[in-house]
Amino acid sequence: MAFTNDEVLAGLAELITDETGIDASEVALEKSFTDDLDIDSISMMTIVVNAEEKFSVTIPDDEVKNLKTVKDAVDFITNNQ
Amino acid sequence: MTKRIVVTGIGATSALGGTAPENWTNLLAGVSGTKSLTHDWVEQYQLPVTFAAEASVRPTDVLPRHEAKRLDPSTQFALIAAREAWADAGSPDVAPERLGIDWATGIGGVWTLLDAWDALREKGPRRVMPLTVPMLMPNAGAGNLSLQFGAKAFARTVVSACASSTESIGNAYQHLQDGLADVVIAGGAESAIHPITVASFASAQALSRRNDSPETASRPGAIDRDGFVMGEGGAALVLETEEHAKARGAKIYAVLVGGGVTADAFHITGNDPDGAGAERAVELALQQAGATPDQVTHINAHATSTPVGDPNEYVALRKVFGERIDEIPVSATKASTGHLLGGTGALEAVYTILALRDRVAPPTINMTEPDPAVPFKLSGEAQPLGDGPQLAISNSFGFGGHNAVVAFASYDD
Repeated sequence: MAFTNDEVLAGLAELITDETGIDASEVALEKSFTDDLDIDSISMMTIVVNAEEKFSVTIPDDEVKNLKTVKDAVDFITNNQ
Repeated sequence: MTKRIVVTGIGATSALGGTAPENWTNLLAGVSGTKSLTHDWVEQYQLPVTFAAEASVRPTDVLPRHEAKRLDPSTQFALIAAREAWADAGSPDVAPERLGIDWATGIGGVWTLLDAWDALREKGPRRVMPLTVPMLMPNAGAGNLSLQFGAKAFARTVVSACASSTESIGNAYQHLQDGLADVVIAGGAESAIHPITVASFASAQALSRRNDSPETASRPGAIDRDGFVMGEGGAALVLETEEHAKARGAKIYAVLVGGGVTADAFHITGNDPDGAGAERAVELALQQAGATPDQVTHINAHATSTPVGDPNEYVALRKVFGERIDEIPVSATKASTGHLLGGTGALEAVYTILALRDRVAPPTINMTEPDPAVPFKLSGEAQPLGDGPQLAISNSFGFGGHNAVVAFASYDD
């Protein structure tokens, strides 16, 4: 079963809240993980690993550095299901 | 010149409560924190010991989830106890470079380590979270407290089993004397009520087996004691030079007058039966305090309720205090709290400080019949300490042959 963009965004927001305490409503597509959401590299890796499990995708380590914004992550997950 | 090092804040979380005042109230009321464990793993692994003194307030009920999940439970306890102590001290205004951390744990992140091992075996390396090592390392408590309070003078860790957090308080005394900081947060924490540690301590024949009567299982000094009871939690002190405390108008609980640390070089788990190492640790603490044994008015004994350990401690103290040991009000508070391993010394330091403040030795519950080999002056009721100047010691001894003692005096300016 494929997840829609909206489902991925909502699921990702949940993982980000769980990891950082940032309110899910703050997690919008245009937000930068580092500059807007202040997520450090260790938290980012935790979120990535949890997202892999949640959405049954593989996000290669080399790809993680390209995920600058929430939209980058949502697009990657949606396109690689 | 020797400085006066004073206690200006205390914090504690254990089976007797989530704060130091709650701990003290329940300790004085003779509450036992030991209960049957309700975890599935007790039955699953057919553990021979089915009870422990678990913390009465789960740290995950206090800390926000995103904060808790980045910390091993032992560090969660550390943070809770240290925050309480810091607030109790009035959140001292101190330059970061003059604030130090002297923390301790006996085992460290055993839950984190073994959860990660499960994840690796069941789901593969990708599921081993990036924070695994920084969470399980024994210095995680010191590191996180340094971050939390912006302490930049130093963040040191003692690991000496059940002596750990008495030793860390002794180190804090020395660091303040040496001028390395003006304020130190000292203490220790442990969260090791895990099937592995229960199984291991049970195999070592160290734990009480009173599965049918957990509340009374920890009975230091009683003739029918049969081992210690595992506890968990943490406790913290805010220590500072008297000069610094007075300049900011802080309330002062007591004076930390000295500490002593020795090693037995005898056996990895057993105590030296002639008590020489423990005796020297008490003597060193008193020497640093500039005091003599006849000035001591209260003792918080290590007294874990093991058949061998309790009389060894008596033998050691008898050598220091002579016949007078039988007259000094002693408290064996592990009867109520269980044994917090690396956190136990700090918790008992908090109790010792409050004993001096209220001039009362807290009760030792569960005394059935006193063992003639352990004739400490223990009582099921609180014992008054009198009106004069008070000097108390708190003892901790650990696997590895570690002996640590700290001495506190009542404060009068």
